[in-house]
Amino acid sequence: MPVKTLTIDGKPVSAVEGQTVLEAAQDAGISIPTLCHLDGVSDVGACRLCLVEVAGVSRLLPACVTKVTEEMEVRTESERLKRYRRMILELLFAERNHVCAVCVSNGRCELQNLAVAQGMDHVRFAYRFPPYEVDITHRMFGMDHNRCVLCSRCVRVCWFIEGAATKNVAGRGADARIITDLSQPWGESETCTSCGKCVQACPTGAKFHKGSTVAEMERDRSRLEYIVTAREKKQWIV
Amino acid sequence: MDRLTFATVWLGGCSGCHMSFLDLDEWLVDLADMVEIVYSPIIDRKEYPENVAVCLIEGAVANEDNLEQVKLIRARTRLLISFGDCAVTGNVTAMRNPLRTAEPVLQRAYLDTANLRPRIPQARGIVPPLLDQVLPVHEVVPVDYFLPGCPPPADRIRTLLRDVIAGKGSLLSGENIRFG
Repeated sequence: MPVKTLTIDGKPVSAVEGQTVLEAAQDAGISIPTLCHLDGVSDVGACRLCLVEVAGVSRLLPACVTKVTEEMEVRTESERLKRYRRMILELLFAERNHVCAVCVSNGRCELQNLAVAQGMDHVRFAYRFPPYEVDITHRMFGMDHNRCVLCSRCVRVCWFIEGAATKNVAGRGADARIITDLSQPWGESETCTSCGKCVQACPTGAKFHKGSTVAEMERDRSRLEYIVTAREKKQWIV
Repeated sequence: MDRLTFATVWLGGCSGCHMSFLDLDEWLVDLADMVEIVYSPIIDRKEYPENVAVCLIEGAVANEDNLEQVKLIRARTRLLISFGDCAVTGNVTAMRNPLRTAEPVLQRAYLDTANLRPRIPQARGIVPPLLDQVLPVHEVVPVDYFLPGCPPPADRIRTLLRDVIAGKGSLLSGENIRFG
């Protein structure tokens, strides 16, 4: 296996060819903030929170979809990155209707945690307050589009782990939204196996178990790890 | 030492932030040594005075009275602090914004669900008309510091007030800036 040597925040790191900067950093114990990344499913670079600086490249690169190269010099912390990460978070909060106080994921939300970690004490952009619906037609699960950050984690677990291909993204830009089958009510889906992986994968309160109320939406990500391990190592172990 | 003039204001919110302020318990006695409360829902004063040093402002800007008040408060206050999620983000008060106007809310509250004499209250000068869109305070006037939380826990209020009264500005970080 060819090995690449690089530095991350001045620390010499070796990584296997084909690994991403994010994987190399995680292996070296260096943490990079992420939102659309979920261990075990392919990365798409949707949220841009994992942006890093690479010497010799003027633009910022998303660590989750940037492959390591020989002698690459990566910086994961700088004033510029801090500024961009906070701005990305503020734009996410302003884009839809995130009301932490009445959200099922209050206190357990990855978006909320990122805001704390990145020092976001208010949003400088005007909130858009778009009108979005809540789909509670499914027997067990609900989808609140107001709380969706379009990370597409639900879509990827549905396609690449469950293999049901029920969930998808329709539309473009801020008007994009997660759909079920051919944009129909979730409860009428013929392909959904009701496995609940999309609910486990969601970083916010967009996908939830019906019946959970404010701050009750506890996720069990080990259920996903279990299936990823089974798929990659052919071992059904917890 | 002269005490700082201090005010608290309650705009479009549930008063939960003020309840949390009262949760400061015996520290309120210490606070009273450091500041003079010149205006607040918990004291009896009708008009917001001039030359206020520090003001905690709870609630979002939801009606025409809030809008007028917040401009007056800004003009008469040195340090304005958005106090709680409604002031900082709009929060629950702003959940009607996707409906675009105040009309569907009034319709629902005073007509659809009314048993006796369904009628939308209208009394110029007495009942302030709702704004079509609820706004966080800093979208209307400049704000100096932000104190998030629904409500902000008493410890968080104390941390911020200590810093601000000591002239250090606001050093809130970590869990102290968590929304919700």
